[in-house]
Amino acid sequence: MKNHQEKIRNSLKKRHARERRFRLYGLLSVSVSILFLLLLLTDIVSKGLPAFTETRIKLDITLDPQQLGLGDHPDRDALFHANYSRLITETLKKMFPDAKTRKQRRDLKQLVSKSAAYDLRDAVLANPSLLGTTQSFWFLAKDDVDQYMKGRIDRTLPESQRRLKDYQLAWIDRLLAENRLEKRFNKTFFTASDSREPEQAGIRGAFVGSVLTLLVTLALSFPIGVLAAIYLEEFAPQNNRWVDLIEVNINNLAAVPSIVFGLLGLAVFIGFFGVPRSAPLAGGLVLTLMTLPTIIITSRAVIKAVPQSIREAALALGASKTQVAFGHVLPLALPGILTGTIIGMAQALGETAPLLLIGMVAFVADVPHGIFDPSTALPVQIFLWADSPERAFVERTSAAIIVLLTFLIAMNGLAVFMRKKYEKKW
Amino acid sequence: MKNRFLSHYATASSAIAALCLSGSVFAASRNHIDIVGSSTVYPFSTVVAETFSNKTGNRTPKVESTGSGGGMKLFCAGAGINTPDITNASRRIKKSEFNNCQANGVKEIIEVPIGFDGITIANAKTAPQFDLSERDIFLALAKKVPGNKPGELIDNPYKTWKQVNPALPDTRIEVLGPPPTSGTRDAFVELAMEGGCKTFPWIKQIKTDAKAAKKAGDKSRASALKQRYKNICHSIREDGAYVEAGENDNLIVEKLQKNPKALGIFGFSFLDQNSDKVKGATVNGKEISFENIANGHYPLSRPLFFYVKKSHLGKIPGMRGYVAEFTSEDAWGDEGYLTDEGLIPLPRDQRQRIAEAVKKEIPMQAPEE
Repeated sequence: MKNHQEKIRNSLKKRHARERRFRLYGLLSVSVSILFLLLLLTDIVSKGLPAFTETRIKLDITLDPQQLGLGDHPDRDALFHANYSRLITETLKKMFPDAKTRKQRRDLKQLVSKSAAYDLRDAVLANPSLLGTTQSFWFLAKDDVDQYMKGRIDRTLPESQRRLKDYQLAWIDRLLAENRLEKRFNKTFFTASDSREPEQAGIRGAFVGSVLTLLVTLALSFPIGVLAAIYLEEFAPQNNRWVDLIEVNINNLAAVPSIVFGLLGLAVFIGFFGVPRSAPLAGGLVLTLMTLPTIIITSRAVIKAVPQSIREAALALGASKTQVAFGHVLPLALPGILTGTIIGMAQALGETAPLLLIGMVAFVADVPHGIFDPSTALPVQIFLWADSPERAFVERTSAAIIVLLTFLIAMNGLAVFMRKKYEKKW
Repeated sequence: MKNRFLSHYATASSAIAALCLSGSVFAASRNHIDIVGSSTVYPFSTVVAETFSNKTGNRTPKVESTGSGGGMKLFCAGAGINTPDITNASRRIKKSEFNNCQANGVKEIIEVPIGFDGITIANAKTAPQFDLSERDIFLALAKKVPGNKPGELIDNPYKTWKQVNPALPDTRIEVLGPPPTSGTRDAFVELAMEGGCKTFPWIKQIKTDAKAAKKAGDKSRASALKQRYKNICHSIREDGAYVEAGENDNLIVEKLQKNPKALGIFGFSFLDQNSDKVKGATVNGKEISFENIANGHYPLSRPLFFYVKKSHLGKIPGMRGYVAEFTSEDAWGDEGYLTDEGLIPLPRDQRQRIAEAVKKEIPMQAPEE
């Protein structure tokens, strides 16, 4: 007896040490994952934050009809096609007469974005009475100027290693001294669609594309998934071989890599049914296939959790099986089902691989107007920008990631909120 | 209430499903231009698309980056309106692709050469300058290299650049390059690797023999010889000296900056944009520069094209306008905006000739081989 106690007492120290070690390992692994998360987030945020400001340049432009090549009473068409970019070039030349060589004059044009000419055109079209007057416009600055203003171009480097030459820096200094350069909140990023000019690029098109795609996905996968779950739980015969087979298949589908669904979508929806390539409809259909198993599995689990007594009570009062399912079980299970659906949607929002195959990884500069228009999606936009040579796209890539993450966190937060608020304990 | 809501919902979604089933609904019309093809031409094509739309008020063409081969496949799938109108390519259309097009009813194709692209072999700005020859590149990166006796092939024994050529630095061979799916890789293999490979007389002889065999009508011998030639010249070593860095050229630039001992392979436009971080090696004594690529002195340059489906010209609004914008001096000229993106323009007289032919919508002849 004493021997045993001795043994236990002796091992106590060792066992306590083991306990402490285990806790330490746990703590260590948690802190490592937090560290990685922090690293990722700080990297993205520090790279992406500058993208939320843009640089604008103030130019005083004399809208001389003669220089625009316009007659006395120009019609709308003539106003549309007039040479506005020449007007801007001439204004810049007048401001900086020191630009003598051809190269320098070319670089002079690179101070303002290409969009300046179109902005000017739109201003004149909106108000033709501006013709003949001198107006101040705040135009978007070219990406190189913008990058310099954000401190991304080091002027202490030798000239040959800089994107901006000494004379260009001198121009920028002069503009700064005359208060003609200003950093502002980057509205363009939220109101414009994709563009090859970094300063004009925005996420609106991709965002609308994502929304349309998710709407198609939701409209299809939610009813199909919920109905399938209700049937399998409430109506399907128990211990039937076919039902078992279906069950196994659904569980398998949930584990299929998403690219496979993309291939399927390419062959079936685009190849066979003739759904237009790159359309949110095609994307939504493919993502439906992907989210269906998730929704079915979570819905079944929630429906299963509704106590049998509720069904029996309803049946005892004379309700039919359908009435029980839709009048009692479904309303009680709905919060859980919605939570599962939101998580499924969040997954679909971040998906890129299947979209690659159905042509949604494309340059689409127009905001899609419907589910048949060509469009991209947010993660695809990130992918495309990450691959662009222009340096200014680096910060836009990170900024788009921030936007995408915000939506994902919001969706998951909503799911958690609903679970907490409406969850029933039986 | 809830029941009614659910049933409405079910009706709505089954309506969508029914719409999907009636596939022909979609094919009826399209009012945007559909462009596919090479990822190298993508930056140029998208800039033209955007400018064209801004200038004319037309819808912006959709440009998909599928790679040259993938683009040809989609382009040649048929003449219907649900197929792409234009495909970009970083090489000429192959005979097999042209035949595939013909077989699928795409009879008339307009070929538009647009300029050149250079392939650079670069390293970090802080690292020593590399002066390579095509032979150096081949010897450093081939899977098998010629041994001492003619006709003998041995597994690539070279570990450092100095072993390849005593004039080169004594650093380990480590090259980051694109994977086989990339057009840049195809071009690199065909230009640099094959260029160096051909400098061995007995290997060049194989190709000459293959041509002779083909002329003599011995097809099986010709294709066997051609295959052997390709196996020698086009195989890149797989022992870790050549690292497939994925399609993202930005990543290669970043890795080069972190590892000054490594070299990287990518397109000229990325070198142009990142000239403060990386520098290009000279090849056969020629520096990679705008001028040297344009006049053909730099050996690793390739022509770029796009191909237009003639039957779509009248059907898709704006197609003529897009092609005209691309072939305008404003875009592809010596000082055009495409040069800002890194396109090396064609000589002026060629540009004029091509623009003229494109305006007359003259379809191309079947390519030889």
